[in-house]
Amino acid sequence: MEQTVKNPADGAPDYNFAYLDEQTKRMIRRALLKAVAIPGYQVPFAGREMPMPYGWGTGGVQVTAAVIGPNDTLKVIDQGADDTTNAVSIRQFFAKTAQVATTEKTAEASIIQTRHRIPEKELREDQVLVYQVPIPEPLRFLEPRETETRKMHALEEYGLMHVKLYEDIARHGHIATTYAYPVMVDDRYVMDPSPTPKFDNPKMNDMAALQLFGAGREKRIYALPPYTKVKSLDFEDHPFEVQTWEDECGMCGARDSYLDEVILDDQGNRMFVCSDTDYCAERQEAGHRGPQHHDQPLGTADRGKAAE
Amino acid sequence: MTQMNEPLLRVDNLTMMYGDRVGCKDVSFELRPGEVLGIVGESGSGKSTLLRSISAQQEPTKGVVEYQTRIDGVRDVYQMSEAQRRLLMRTDWAFVHQNPRDGLRMNVSAGANIGERLMAIGDRHYGNIRSNADSWLGKVEIASERLDDLPSTFSGGMQQRLQIARNLVTSPRLVFMDEPTGGLDVSVQARLLDLLRGLVHDLNLAVIIVTHDLAVARLLSHRLMVMQQGKVIEHGLTDQVLDDPQHPYTQLLVSSILQN
Repeated sequence: MEQTVKNPADGAPDYNFAYLDEQTKRMIRRALLKAVAIPGYQVPFAGREMPMPYGWGTGGVQVTAAVIGPNDTLKVIDQGADDTTNAVSIRQFFAKTAQVATTEKTAEASIIQTRHRIPEKELREDQVLVYQVPIPEPLRFLEPRETETRKMHALEEYGLMHVKLYEDIARHGHIATTYAYPVMVDDRYVMDPSPTPKFDNPKMNDMAALQLFGAGREKRIYALPPYTKVKSLDFEDHPFEVQTWEDECGMCGARDSYLDEVILDDQGNRMFVCSDTDYCAERQEAGHRGPQHHDQPLGTADRGKAAE
Repeated sequence: MTQMNEPLLRVDNLTMMYGDRVGCKDVSFELRPGEVLGIVGESGSGKSTLLRSISAQQEPTKGVVEYQTRIDGVRDVYQMSEAQRRLLMRTDWAFVHQNPRDGLRMNVSAGANIGERLMAIGDRHYGNIRSNADSWLGKVEIASERLDDLPSTFSGGMQQRLQIARNLVTSPRLVFMDEPTGGLDVSVQARLLDLLRGLVHDLNLAVIIVTHDLAVARLLSHRLMVMQQGKVIEHGLTDQVLDDPQHPYTQLLVSSILQN
């Protein structure tokens, strides 16, 4: 079913729907089906060159291109934000090559492509979460040989993963891994949840939405079908914990969301804001206020102060 | 007592060919629990090939290696599934390399090195793993305060002792050693040998030790196999072989070391 999208540039060739050709999409879908059938298993796929550099989400973009349809609504986030460079450029890419509706609202999206974060709002069964993954192999830093790591996955030899956590505790007194925190999927495969902060690990467990992971440079796809058991690795006497903050969000006052630290000046002043911009905006619309909220756009108030 | 008399390891007609070249040929022997077997011979005589073939690292061209497993009784090592074989290799067996860098993880601490095997068999209590690692550090005469140091900050002798601790932590019954004292100076060698002899005795370890150093062989091993050009040319009690060598090559080997 070929479907072309008119290129707005005069005389330029038209795009196939969602940029990739249909054969490539079929190949990716086959890999996706296998990945869904074996949760947490890394399926190799013939990753294509995309019109963006590796590290900018080429894996995620290919997965999204393979699953997106004309009736989908796409949301793209980078570090939880809809308005950062990576998110904006990928959103525009699909707006142009697939002419799908885009949104910044988590609840309105049918496909959410993400780098780093899982939206704070609980996802539903009719939504798909696509992750951009830089390094899919959780064992890579301790075992550089791919032949060996594959064998270790096949034989469920995961002692090495705990060596890393042991080393964390020995050096820092606690498990200092804060992102790409390894998880055990469905009691079988150890999986790297990509660079998401460990704050989001509990959300992966038993999630209603389908979770797809694409690593473009490494050419691997893996997946978590809806309602899959995902357990963060830990020790009996050093159980898994998520990050906590003493502060609340400066804009919306949230205490339950993942906060980014923002440096305000060179006098040591700082504030914390929700990394999930949609979540923060929604709370502000509902009337929630944080200590740094002055009912005017951020920046103008500070600029006024600096001029005094 | 019957258990003691049953061989722990039985090697039957083991042959390893590299194309037309002979690695080792028609080697047969038995090893009982607590027994130390030395394999001596010059460079290229097939000692290391033999050790690799016995220790399931390199499938031989011909022959059988049988091991008395703890649970399943006597099993042909090369007929086991890979998962079973690898489990055996990291629990009931141990391998001490000549170069400790081959046997250690140089980028994680001494404690993590010792704890790796424990975690690999499912130990998930940090405190227990750590105290176990600490006590093993003591057994190989390394100060407790070095527990969190990287092996790269250790001396050669300490690295070798750490490698031994890392291997023995799961209480293996059979230990393979490939020139364990190879790169060490004489005084460190003596200390390591003393330590090894104590551990082998206390833990009732069966050991196959490959060495070209007859002094090491005499000190540690109960029985000795002399190899030349891939074949075992003489086999017997260590003292018997060294004091009354029968084969011309063994005679040459024994006479080539300085006597006091």
